[in-house]
Amino acid sequence: MAETTTKTPVYALTREERRFVGLHLVFAFAALTIGSLFGPLQALEHAGLDLYPTLEKFGIQSYYQGLTLHGVLNALVWTTFFITGFLTVAIIRGFQRRLAYPGLNQFGFWTMVVGLLMAAVPLLLNKATVLFTFYPPMQASTWFYLGLTLVVVGSWIEGWGFYATYWQWRKDNPKTRTPFIAFASLITMVMWQIATLGVAAEILGLLLPWSMGLTDGIDPQLSRTFFWFTGHPLVYFWLLPAYVSWYGMLPKQVDGKLFSDSLARLAFWLFLLLSVPLGFHHQFVDPGVPAGWKYVHAILTFSVFFPSLLTFFTVIASLEYGARQRGGKGRFGWIRALPWSNPSVTAQLLAGILFVFGGIGGLANAAYNVNLVLHNTAWVPGHFHLTVASAVTLSFIGISFWLVPHLTHKPLWQPKVALAGVWTYFVGMLIFSNAMHTVGLLGAPRRTTLGLAPYVPAEWSGYLWRVGFGGSLMWIGIMATIVVVAVTAFRKKELPEGEFVDVPVAESIEDPQRTPVWLDSWKPWLVGTAVLVLLAYGPQLIDQIFGMSATSPRIAP
Amino acid sequence: MSATTEHIHIDPTEKRWMIASVILLLIFFAAVTVAGFMLGIQVPTRERRVDPNTVAEQPPWSEPGVREIVPGEEYEVYVLAHRFSFTPNEIEVPVGAKVTFYVTSTDVQHGFKLQDTNINFMAIPGQVSKLSTTFDEPGVYPYVCTEYCGLGHAVMAGAVTVTEAP
Ligand code: HEM
Ligand SMILES: [Cu+2]
Repeated sequence: MAETTTKTPVYALTREERRFVGLHLVFAFAALTIGSLFGPLQALEHAGLDLYPTLEKFGIQSYYQGLTLHGVLNALVWTTFFITGFLTVAIIRGFQRRLAYPGLNQFGFWTMVVGLLMAAVPLLLNKATVLFTFYPPMQASTWFYLGLTLVVVGSWIEGWGFYATYWQWRKDNPKTRTPFIAFASLITMVMWQIATLGVAAEILGLLLPWSMGLTDGIDPQLSRTFFWFTGHPLVYFWLLPAYVSWYGMLPKQVDGKLFSDSLARLAFWLFLLLSVPLGFHHQFVDPGVPAGWKYVHAILTFSVFFPSLLTFFTVIASLEYGARQRGGKGRFGWIRALPWSNPSVTAQLLAGILFVFGGIGGLANAAYNVNLVLHNTAWVPGHFHLTVASAVTLSFIGISFWLVPHLTHKPLWQPKVALAGVWTYFVGMLIFSNAMHTVGLLGAPRRTTLGLAPYVPAEWSGYLWRVGFGGSLMWIGIMATIVVVAVTAFRKKELPEGEFVDVPVAESIEDPQRTPVWLDSWKPWLVGTAVLVLLAYGPQLIDQIFGMSATSPRIAP
Repeated sequence: MSATTEHIHIDPTEKRWMIASVILLLIFFAAVTVAGFMLGIQVPTRERRVDPNTVAEQPPWSEPGVREIVPGEEYEVYVLAHRFSFTPNEIEVPVGAKVTFYVTSTDVQHGFKLQDTNINFMAIPGQVSKLSTTFDEPGVYPYVCTEYCGLGHAVMAGAVTVTEAP
């Protein structure tokens, strides 16, 4: 079984809207395809099989050029294009109305595309081999920084189109609770807008003038502080759209309902409040940040664990409710009653399982003294392949299994291949991430061609071999799912006349109108967020900006 | 719809879960606080700023290496990170002594991780990273660069040899 069809969709997107969202997915999946290509190559390099000499023929000149492409295309491009497209659907379907200014959203999208192309050229020419964190004073081509800026600004503009649509809807519906999926999408975009102020300041204020030769030197520590202001909430920008699906759509796909509308909203508000003011936890081992501030951010980092635990409960309760409707019995026996034959559901369930492991590992990263052992070891990529490459990417792939049929009116091609793909990826990920975590604990650095490193002890080799094996499985799995999505999009066969694949939108058990107004009001939460960000960052930003010493010259990678 | 019917619906099981979550959080807060303030586990803090363009010409980094502060008990080690090696790349200290590392970079960002110890920090141009450790066992402890710094990054490493007490 694949997607469920209906003859009477609740609200159908127009042809133009479907095409517009589809374009987002074309770019997203193209980025994921190219970005993922380097995954197994990196993993195999660690295992002792260096395929990079062969790649030189294709213009890839080093492991690190490939790693930059892997990070930028997967973590920045795949995510941002998928998210803006998917949230467009959530906004339109949530409010059940057209976008207020479709032209504005289109302008935002094409800005992103121009930015992507601008950054792609230096990336492919090996003129921006600075990894996706682009730490100065290692310097990339100016076009790379400009391109990234345009991608971010384009995503902002798409967000503004969402806000305008909300205001129009609100004028017509002054007393109604914001429909949940639209509500959650708006929070995601607002959080992103606040979060990206850091990287905007870094690029516009420091990197661009310096790379163009307008300033001679740069302060690498200040750049890091700006970067991580954005770098951590970036993770929540990836995750929250997956939560939109887990809370607001997946329950419907398993015949369930959203367990608690109020607590789902509370969790989203807490993510808005707490995502930004904790970036120093990426800088626990930076020399230029006082230890006291590291402690403050460590405490705040643990606080985000609270809405995560709320999410864990609500999502599982919603799934269980559905499974019991489907006849599931027993304390854990209900799990078997979930529709595991539906690849869209299975992808998201497996994403959730991997995310539980990721969450536990994240706690270790957050403890600032444990972080001393783990920082910049293979543990870290081991960790975030459970989050961004699993919880997020597998969920987005699962969403695509209904979204592409929804957009194209075509049935999913080979649901069995889709299922096999997500299971293979899941198993590969378990092996890969387990080995990465362990070898990281033993001291293996990340972002390193370990095959060339003189200090690799024999003790690591068993784990590195498993990194290579698990990574190869992951690639086979993810490619199978990408092929399913691509063939579905471009196949000839259409759904039977008059049948549609609807956007799955879960009802909540309680009438949302009974959710308190303060859980549907922007002002208190926006003010709270601003205050918290100012308190957590203000003093250090002032200190570091006024104490800036721009002494580092431009250095080629 | 009147305001009186508004309420947050919280299922009893969910309420217990939320309480447990809060307690768990408090335990984590306590654990970090105890480790940081009472067990004296240290993270790098602001030490001093230097000019990466001239730091290698001025003391103390004009002569990087080991300084004996109290023989057998206290040592300082000044290390320069630059593409693609550390200066010095061989260090010798006796077992049981308190050894404080001061590391900075003369070019791009590097990392400095001393295997099997608590020392792991960034080496950022313009900043000085400082942490101390005590080696309880004689042996060879490699230190490796943990931040991508260019094509030769993987070979950027050195080793501390910890000798038996004299
Ligand atoms: C297809 C399967 C994949 C494999 C086998 C794989 C493998 C790897 C490996 C081995 C590294 C570490 C390289 C190093 O530290 O030297 C890495 C880094 C990374 N991967 Fe993946 N990966 C895969 C898919 C993904 C996906 C789907 C995403 C995100 C959506 C992702 C995001 C990243 C990021 C952000 C990094 C860090 C890059 C950096 O350190 O600059 N990967 N990957
Ligand atoms: Cu280095």
